[in-house]
Amino acid sequence: MALVSLTNVTKSYPSPERGGAPVVAVDDVSLDIEPGDVYGIIGYSGAGKSTLVRLVNALEPATSGSITVDGRDLTTMPERELRGIRLGIGMIFQQFNLFGSKTVQQNVAYPLRVAGASKSEVDARVAELLDFVGLADKARNYPDQLSGGQKQRVGIARALATSPRLLLADEATSALDPETTHEVLQLLKRVNREFGVTIIVITHEMDVIQSIATKVAVMDGGRVIEHGDVFDVFSDPQNPSSARFVSTVVKGIPSPAELAVLRERHEGRIVTISFRDGDASQAAVFLELGAAGLEFELVYGGINDIQGRAFGHLTLAIRGADAAIDAALASIGSRVDVTEAA
Amino acid sequence: MDRLIELQGEFWVAAVETLYMVGLTLLFGGIAGLLLGVALYTTRPGSLLSNRVVYNVVNVVINFFRPIPFIIFIAAVQPLSRVVVGTGIGNNALIFALSLAASFAIARIVEQNLLTVSPGVIEAARSMGAGPIRILVTVVIPEALGPLILGYTFVLVAIVDMTAVAGLIGGGGLGTFAQVYGYRQFEPVITWAAVLLIVVFVQGVQFLGNWLARKVLRR
Repeated sequence: MALVSLTNVTKSYPSPERGGAPVVAVDDVSLDIEPGDVYGIIGYSGAGKSTLVRLVNALEPATSGSITVDGRDLTTMPERELRGIRLGIGMIFQQFNLFGSKTVQQNVAYPLRVAGASKSEVDARVAELLDFVGLADKARNYPDQLSGGQKQRVGIARALATSPRLLLADEATSALDPETTHEVLQLLKRVNREFGVTIIVITHEMDVIQSIATKVAVMDGGRVIEHGDVFDVFSDPQNPSSARFVSTVVKGIPSPAELAVLRERHEGRIVTISFRDGDASQAAVFLELGAAGLEFELVYGGINDIQGRAFGHLTLAIRGADAAIDAALASIGSRVDVTEAA
Repeated sequence: MDRLIELQGEFWVAAVETLYMVGLTLLFGGIAGLLLGVALYTTRPGSLLSNRVVYNVVNVVINFFRPIPFIIFIAAVQPLSRVVVGTGIGNNALIFALSLAASFAIARIVEQNLLTVSPGVIEAARSMGAGPIRILVTVVIPEALGPLILGYTFVLVAIVDMTAVAGLIGGGGLGTFAQVYGYRQFEPVITWAAVLLIVVFVQGVQFLGNWLARKVLRR
């Protein structure tokens, strides 16, 4: 059973102008998030992804549709009960949102106190968590004495304090430099693997998805326009908007401008062949082109690795008789994806 | 100078009276102002316990009373003072009027300072399942404590200033002392003695406030 299940969820806000149409932030979204997933939700700012994640822990009530977490429907639940649900869902933020008036230790202890844990339980759990995030020596420091990466690690420790099954990460690395981003993502990966915590990662950075997500949903204008396994969406995006996101990290597909340059520089027909793990091998494709008596050269391309599975795009300039090229491409095209530049 | 030495006893009594009026006003006005300010903050639209009716009522009441010049306010609340403290004159009547006036000013200062707490921090507390009252007490107020202390220090200095008109309704304190023995009897030394003591007092309060705020803010 899905851990989080959204069915036809819509969230709209009253129009800022009197009498105007309501602003729809999340538009008829249905998603299932399975236990153990690291589910990435990507979109440009204003796409509705931050609102969507706030519906999952009911910080914002949905306008319509149903949201269940662990089989319990949040949309009909009274506020008091929702607090109990939130206690079982961790959340981390772009700006960390640590309590500046409390020490690292007190920050991590906060949700435990809300949960009503005894002092000895709190102390033991806080020590364990600070150890896990590698900040045991900073227990008595205040947040303003920490670096950005350290702050987010405290945020993660705090979010995990009550041993939630679900962690929501709202642009958790967007305020961090690339190296710190990597550290924080590795930590989230460990959280997922070692504690089996399901994570929903909101981001506008495709490489965040590439490095930790197993599933991804692409949002645009409040809607989920494409979702599925990260490998599938990355290797073969179905929607132009997701293709644009994918192109920010996937190497190998020439842009129209680059195609023009390639055509100028190389004779023959420019063809992009896309390989996916498990499809025909590159060697078989090259052998077939050679056997057809065609001359070709590799002019552009790249191979990507997503969670141990490879896919790539190779652009070739092929020379020879048109009929022979057509025949060869038709034969190859039955096994791999072939696109000829117009 | 001789006159000042002669009036030494009265001078120190007046100083103690000022301290008495300031102290009790800070206590009553401070608590009432804190409650009013917290009410404004929490009932504001979109806040922890947003309630348009309560917010508007408190807001209008404060806006109505706050601009009234204190010297007129004392006279205006005199009937109420007779009911509440049993007298319309003297130090206690002044404390009553001053507490009331100060609580409106403090309410605004409390509201403003609570509003500086980042909404993200409040959202974080909500995401951990904390309820509104817990968030107010364990997050919002502690996060705003430094500026709150400075705000109260500011008000405290204003209260010292306002106690000086106690003489209007037969109250004592350094203001009355300076008027009665200094101004009216052409004894500038007496007036300046009162001024100096008030300056010392205000400096002390400000120093203490800054020190406390620094300690809380750790900078």
